[in-house]
Amino acid sequence: MASPEVPQPPMGMLAELTHRCPLQCPYCSNPVALERRRQELDTATWQRVFADAAELGVLQVHLSGGEPALRPDLPELVQACADAGLYSNLITAGVNINRARLETLADAGLDHVQLSVQGATPEVTDHIANMAGAHARKRAFAAEVTDIGLPLTLNAVIHRANLHQIDDFVELALELGARRLEIAHAQYYGWALVNRAALMPSREQVMAAVERVEAARERLQGRLVIDAVVPDYHARFPKPCMNGWGRQSLNVTPSGKVLPCHAAETIPHLEFWNVADHGLREIWYDSPAFNAYRGTDWMPETCQSCERKEIDWGGCRCQALMLTGDAAQMDPVCEKSPYHDEVQTLAVLDAAGDADFTYRRFARTTQGA
Amino acid sequence: MTAIQESDIVRLPRGVRLREDKQRGGWVLLAPERVFQLDGIAQTVVSEVDGERSVGTIIDRLCDTYQAPRERIAEDVTSMFAGLVEKRVLEVM
Ligand code: SF4
Ligand code: SF4
Repeated sequence: MASPEVPQPPMGMLAELTHRCPLQCPYCSNPVALERRRQELDTATWQRVFADAAELGVLQVHLSGGEPALRPDLPELVQACADAGLYSNLITAGVNINRARLETLADAGLDHVQLSVQGATPEVTDHIANMAGAHARKRAFAAEVTDIGLPLTLNAVIHRANLHQIDDFVELALELGARRLEIAHAQYYGWALVNRAALMPSREQVMAAVERVEAARERLQGRLVIDAVVPDYHARFPKPCMNGWGRQSLNVTPSGKVLPCHAAETIPHLEFWNVADHGLREIWYDSPAFNAYRGTDWMPETCQSCERKEIDWGGCRCQALMLTGDAAQMDPVCEKSPYHDEVQTLAVLDAAGDADFTYRRFARTTQGA
Repeated sequence: MTAIQESDIVRLPRGVRLREDKQRGGWVLLAPERVFQLDGIAQTVVSEVDGERSVGTIIDRLCDTYQAPRERIAEDVTSMFAGLVEKRVLEVM
């Protein structure tokens, strides 16, 4: 067994500023138990976290949510990133930022905007986001972004209800002046897991979509960068989830918990440290959650002796737990996994289903946010 | 592949930044959702990009730095720029 190496410092940080959001996407990657407003970190703490992150080696910060623009202090937080030399990327649904606010953000040093689009047409977007008029607002927002001169990426999460719109998403990206288009197949944890039977496409649909993306990518080389996150359940080998656990990035939740990936809380026995109690450096190098699946020592024998172990790092821990009951299993998407056939069957069954969306929202049993 | 002419003027588009990476050492080009780690030569070449100099001027200046035949430098620089343009982290004005 190789001696444990000293981990490299992280390059990227996802800052979930809030879990509140005016949209209700059924595939939202936020946990089903959303964190409430009163639990959110205050401005000064986030400013400290950004300074610490830069110190630690982080280069890029993704300001995310929920909808990050629901935080009134967003310009100050962007400013804190800029002051620390961090590249800031705003990940937004684009329905609640007017021109004046956008200009304030740009002046504070915002580097890039990533706008989510739930569909390529008003009917599809408004239905999936469960918000009337969302599509029109997004279009108007995109126009302001490019008019101000900020670079724009469109992000489309793809599933059964919008998979037929690949070409339309490409058209939309060109029309709105986006430099990049991300096409990401829904990842089945969080809300997407609840809605798997309403979202999961068939293998044929997936393959057709992959072909369309490839064709568009070739056709538009140099005009539009198209990044595609290919679907998992239909693959032979897993994706290198997060490029390896605790290798390149970290995620801070609205209340300050630091996670190796935004779905990591689905693994119940992990102990996550909070920025209120520990410095970011200490959390990265010493916290139990980050060391749990770092490197290759934790891997099952099949992975240990596999030539892909430092390519895919055994795949996704959360998916392994969800589908096999053991987070230290190899990702069951892998064809060497004893669970591989079951996963394929599951995908086929769900794809044949016809369920309605369960929209993402705060549970009603507790006091509102 | 986009052909780069010596008369072209190139610049880093908004949203792309060159900066030193003190923690890991070296320099990086930061772009939307991407980090390009540059080797010493790439860093020297990209540092020459200021939105005013033509590609030809940049090549001339690099000839002074590296004692190599101009032809070779020209070839390396134009193909590197073409690659960066393709990735949309460099633009021809
Ligand atoms: S996926 Fe939809 S609901 Fe979730 S944060 Fe993004 S816009 Fe809001
Ligand atoms: S055996 Fe493990 S390392 Fe090899 S491809 Fe499968 S998940 Fe990846």
